[in-house]
Amino acid sequence: MLSPAFLSQLRNLLPSHSLLHEREDLVPFESDGLSAYRNIPDVVVLPENEAQVAAILQLCHAHRIAVVARGAGTGLAAGALPIDGAVLLVLAKLNQIRQIDPLARTAVVQPGVRNLAISEAAAEYNLYYAPDPSSQIACSIGGNVAENSGGVHCLKYGLTVHNILKLRAWTIDGQLLEIGSDALDSPGYDLLALMTGSEGMLAVITEVTVKLLPRPDRAQVVLAAFDDIAKAGAAVGNIIAAGVIPAGLEMMDRLAIQAAEAFVHAGYPLDCEALLLCEVDGVNEEVSDDIFTVREVLAAAGATEIRTADSEEQRLRFWAGRKAAFPAVGRLAPDYYCMDGTIPRAQLPHVLKRISEMSAEYGLAVANVFHAGDGNLHPLILFDANTPGELHKAEDFGGKILELCVEVGGTITGEHGVGLEKINQMCTQFSTPELMRFHDVKAAFDPDTLLNPGKAIPELHRCAEWGAMHIKGGQLPHPELPRF
Amino acid sequence: MLDTLIERIRAAHADNLPLILQGGGSKTFYGNADEGEVLATRALNGVVDYQPKELVLTARAGTPLAEIEALLGEQNQMLAFEPPHFGGPATLGGSIAAGLSGPRRPYAGAARDFVLGVRMIDGTGQPLRFGGQVIKNVAGYDVSRLMVGAMGTLGLITEVSLKVLPQPAAQATLQFELGEAAAIEKMNQWAGQPLPLSASSWHAGLLTVRLSGAPSAVHAAQSRLGGETLKEASAFWQRLRDQSTPFFDKRPSTLNQSLWRLSVKPTAPPLNLGDAQWIEWGGAVRWLVSDLPAATLREHAQRCGGHATLFRGKAPLDGAFAPLTPALLTLHRNLKQRFDPRGILNRGRLYPDF
Repeated sequence: MLSPAFLSQLRNLLPSHSLLHEREDLVPFESDGLSAYRNIPDVVVLPENEAQVAAILQLCHAHRIAVVARGAGTGLAAGALPIDGAVLLVLAKLNQIRQIDPLARTAVVQPGVRNLAISEAAAEYNLYYAPDPSSQIACSIGGNVAENSGGVHCLKYGLTVHNILKLRAWTIDGQLLEIGSDALDSPGYDLLALMTGSEGMLAVITEVTVKLLPRPDRAQVVLAAFDDIAKAGAAVGNIIAAGVIPAGLEMMDRLAIQAAEAFVHAGYPLDCEALLLCEVDGVNEEVSDDIFTVREVLAAAGATEIRTADSEEQRLRFWAGRKAAFPAVGRLAPDYYCMDGTIPRAQLPHVLKRISEMSAEYGLAVANVFHAGDGNLHPLILFDANTPGELHKAEDFGGKILELCVEVGGTITGEHGVGLEKINQMCTQFSTPELMRFHDVKAAFDPDTLLNPGKAIPELHRCAEWGAMHIKGGQLPHPELPRF
Repeated sequence: MLDTLIERIRAAHADNLPLILQGGGSKTFYGNADEGEVLATRALNGVVDYQPKELVLTARAGTPLAEIEALLGEQNQMLAFEPPHFGGPATLGGSIAAGLSGPRRPYAGAARDFVLGVRMIDGTGQPLRFGGQVIKNVAGYDVSRLMVGAMGTLGLITEVSLKVLPQPAAQATLQFELGEAAAIEKMNQWAGQPLPLSASSWHAGLLTVRLSGAPSAVHAAQSRLGGETLKEASAFWQRLRDQSTPFFDKRPSTLNQSLWRLSVKPTAPPLNLGDAQWIEWGGAVRWLVSDLPAATLREHAQRCGGHATLFRGKAPLDGAFAPLTPALLTLHRNLKQRFDPRGILNRGRLYPDF
């Protein structure tokens, strides 16, 4: 509960429409894109300028009140889940594109600017912003930086961390940090990398300078069907070994293909176990050469069918199925739970086999959508939240999938972040000294643990408690920790 | 070997004894003078894992870059950030700790962009692992990238996993006689178009650009851009990468001149700070051989959106690297304090006060 004295001081900092305190106004902010986690915030503030952000932070710091930053609320890991007794700081109203410099190929934008709006604004200069998370119509750039968002073009064009130059950010005590520069590097430690993906735990971002890239001359996509998912996986490695770095390289399994086809009628072949979409882009001549190579490799890998989109309309249709895969799978069951592990690609057949075994054990169906180029797997677990215990079962199954990803040399999150959702699995991926260093990094920025406390990095006692319930092969994780 | 290094650092931490971390010693000129006993990493070498189809290579810190590049070359792959060797036995660990990248950097990315994970030993002797061997990974803070360019002040890097890329099938280097302002504009204009650019340089009235990609794409760009084709192009870019051309080499040290690296917004107009200048990175780096005071150069670089580094020569009193704002300096001190509480690792190498 926030004290009336604090709330009245908070009101003094903002115009009345920028502070929400009535229950019906607060409910829309109870969750982010992972709606299984809900908590109605005590108060929501929507500052309209940087000075207000700084003042809010200073006030919260003075009163030792926690702050949860939130952008568009499309996050998928409960990173922006409200915390009791905290202020929910929504940056959506800071939504101005400040400047586009076409010659230097940069855009200066406020955190609430939508990802796609940057590319739309840059289109007149034939430039665009490369990272394209599937929520790009709605998600905002501040949240993209906080989560180090990816998308389908990561293998070639990188994640958010590779596509930003500079940040203006505020520490919890209201100090301005200018991190990065208009040049390609900065003196000292790479705080730009540290801030990217820090899930609102280190500082609050109020301005981002992003890199813009020239729009490729041409993009073309090849679709290939396989009767065996392992063959499709091998084809992916062979494309890369042939020297082609595709702009997008996506794989779907049987259930995902069928759901997508039923939903958008993309014309996908239905009698296959796996579908690959391989897009190449770049200079006109290079695209022609690469398409030729890709087709050859796919044929040699045993594709049962290969189609090349020969028009922009057909290219978009090929993609429509993949892009609609999540909502399409959503039609198969009342609820689905989207996981986000990354694995070394060679492990794909093994991992999919284990997932399918676990699917039988848990009695929950799974559709797999895979950013195959960079090894980022999105198993979608189907369940019904109205059936008692099923959400819990789905979460448990999801956790097991993430642990499997770590076991084969991968990671628990490729692009969605840890948030609150995967906080237990952090105990699997990192040792106690490593988790302690993460807490140290936070303490360097936020010694009082006021920014988004309890997210992303588990407290050590949490690992001990969780570890006690998850003993693997007789090995107690974090055996050095006290248990209570 | 790893155990020996851990023991040495633990002992140094216990005894409060500063250590100088050293790989191949090819970059001892870079940064501020440090103090202490040398802790050599050369014996910690070897490629641990290389999966060409995964585009991932993992090697121990002391592995020579040349060995890694030869291995990648067998599979037609490369380190796309084109790290400088500086004519010495540069190691992977040293290259990552210094965070330096070569001519391809503005078009392909910097050393930090290709680091997927590190194993390290912090200043208390604690071995740690961050990141991993996969391209997408957002679990925890990005400590592996924090290590890039930290000059060994936060920990000794013992192993690095990198993303590697295929070598281009064809390359061509073109030259144009052009004045400085026009060359800067051209480099930026071309970078905004879908051209297969992979390096650029301007020096003494000559703009040089490298094209890399599929033969057809390189050929098409070549006929579109015109210019003279440079023979022996790979030697040209290698000399620039390793600073073995006379411009970087023959500094009359008696004249109190130093080599400065001004990292600026790529579109920054000509600096007019003297004729001894070499421009790289699409206009984003301006190398100057100059006897101007550090403060003058730093002020210029800052006005152009960047910073100035004393690269070779006598460091000014405030150090080789541009001083940080008070807020950023506090964060640096806090991080250093957490990773190396007694300040024993490369003391003073990055900033004189830690």
